[in-house]
Amino acid sequence: MAGTASPVVALDPRALRARFPILRRQVHGHPLVYLDNAATTQKPDTVLAALASYYTTSNANVHRGVHTLAEEATALYERCRSRVAAFVNAPDARGVVIVRNATEAINLVARSWGATLGDGDEVLLSEMEHHSNLVPWIMLARERGVALRHVPITADGRLDMAALAALLSPRTRVVSLTAMSNVLGTINPIAEIAAAAHRVGAVMVVDGAQSVPHMPVDFQSLGADFLAFSAHKMYGPTGIGFLVARPELLEAMEPVSGGGEMIREVRLDFASWNDIPHKFEAGTPNIADAAAFPAALDLLEATGMPAVRAHERELVGYALERLRALGWLQLHGPLDADARGGLVSFVDPEIHPHDLAQVLDTRGIAVRAGHHCAQPLMRRLDVAATARASFGIYNDRDDVDALVDGLVAARAYFGLAGESHG
Amino acid sequence: MVDRPDVALDDLYREVVMDHHRRPRGRAPLARVDATAHGFNPVCGDEVVISLALDGDRVTGAQVQGRGCAICTASGSMMAEMIPGHTAAEAEATAAAFRAVMHGAPAPGGTDLGDLEALEGVQKFAVRVKCAMLPWVTLTDALKAWRDGGNEATSTTEAQEAER
Repeated sequence: MAGTASPVVALDPRALRARFPILRRQVHGHPLVYLDNAATTQKPDTVLAALASYYTTSNANVHRGVHTLAEEATALYERCRSRVAAFVNAPDARGVVIVRNATEAINLVARSWGATLGDGDEVLLSEMEHHSNLVPWIMLARERGVALRHVPITADGRLDMAALAALLSPRTRVVSLTAMSNVLGTINPIAEIAAAAHRVGAVMVVDGAQSVPHMPVDFQSLGADFLAFSAHKMYGPTGIGFLVARPELLEAMEPVSGGGEMIREVRLDFASWNDIPHKFEAGTPNIADAAAFPAALDLLEATGMPAVRAHERELVGYALERLRALGWLQLHGPLDADARGGLVSFVDPEIHPHDLAQVLDTRGIAVRAGHHCAQPLMRRLDVAATARASFGIYNDRDDVDALVDGLVAARAYFGLAGESHG
Repeated sequence: MVDRPDVALDDLYREVVMDHHRRPRGRAPLARVDATAHGFNPVCGDEVVISLALDGDRVTGAQVQGRGCAICTASGSMMAEMIPGHTAAEAEATAAAFRAVMHGAPAPGGTDLGDLEALEGVQKFAVRVKCAMLPWVTLTDALKAWRDGGNEATSTTEAQEAER
């Protein structure tokens, strides 16, 4: 692949910023500094226009109507599917199931693929997973007696690969891991893990909620069997996400939700299923957001995912450097910017993350404070919560500087020493 | 020199609140524990453990442990200072009055909220109301458990004593 890659053209965060109307607003009299992109990203003008345009010109139900509007709506909905397939290099658009979000995608795998598992089978997860990649498997374990195993993390917040190798066995039926931790930022070696999973006969489920928006992700070269992600974390609308799967796996799976759209034939006491992926999409789907999402993909493709990654790598490197120089923060996750995505979790030992986030908010700076839906990881790190700054394509060094000034101001507000050591 | 952030922060972090946050009261362990409860805020991961010593239905000592933000810590500290010497019912009435204030209602007539009044500003910060309430919700749980289990156990012991 490297041989065919064109040179990366650096992105221009200021030009991109102009495309996001919300970034012009003020918060408590300060320009908004939005650093909560791992929770959700803002939406560009083209996505907003596409949403309005769908309802203004083409609104109809999909897949069942011969009239013009129904045809247009169906085409827009299916165009989203093929655009998503191309974006992550899925083998076939029939392998793209449109769901609500990454959480629903993982639940679908756990419930449907999980129904083939039973006593003695194992699912391998890790200590750094988001609740969305823990709880569906806990539910499966309760229902079917499946055993859950967890790869521990190292002191610098990476997967312990030796432990992972030791945990894999012929009993392992599913390996489900995040490609990029939403707390530590760690980028996991998914291709290597998928190969190891396949050697023991397990399927590889990838939680791509943080990776797909922020770095090039190639479903086929990763060797993934299932890949879950959400549109709203990649400049698209809320309420729509995707399960990308190898089509032959979907063929073999039973639907988990029944109703209209997902059937071929229904009698009073009998039903047969529609083809994939439709058999997993019961009821009227989220047509409007599917119609709007390709505008977000346009933006990401025009920018280029290698450029997105290069920008955020540079920014997180700068943030790590400035935050370390303060001298009083605990930083979580690898300190090497090459090994992490564009986010930093940190703790001021003297100020609770909630109080820190409150002070930052009064300066117009939006960061996340809390357990980030990763309570087991918080326990592992021995913290109740962390503060997290996460970057997107429109952030730049000025935003990092504003954050650092805010952290110094918080120290002053709480009457603590806050002289920079850097 | 650093800019002073927005003054609205001072509504949240009043002097009295900051004092309780910096020097939280009620951290010392009790000689004996008659009621205890563990409270958890699933939104932020904050935890509080309340332990109480009771003499009859009167609270004689309170210990507040855990990890929480300035608001949660201050609220727990105020509680540890306020409730010893009061009956379980009085402590519960204070919890109810404080909850009312946190939800924008006036405190019921005759309730003295003491230092808790300094937390009044929290109601303007909707997400933080749970931080202020966590110690009080946990206290209510501890007293309920004490009544349900503890009361019965106490009465059984007394009944046994009476039979002798």
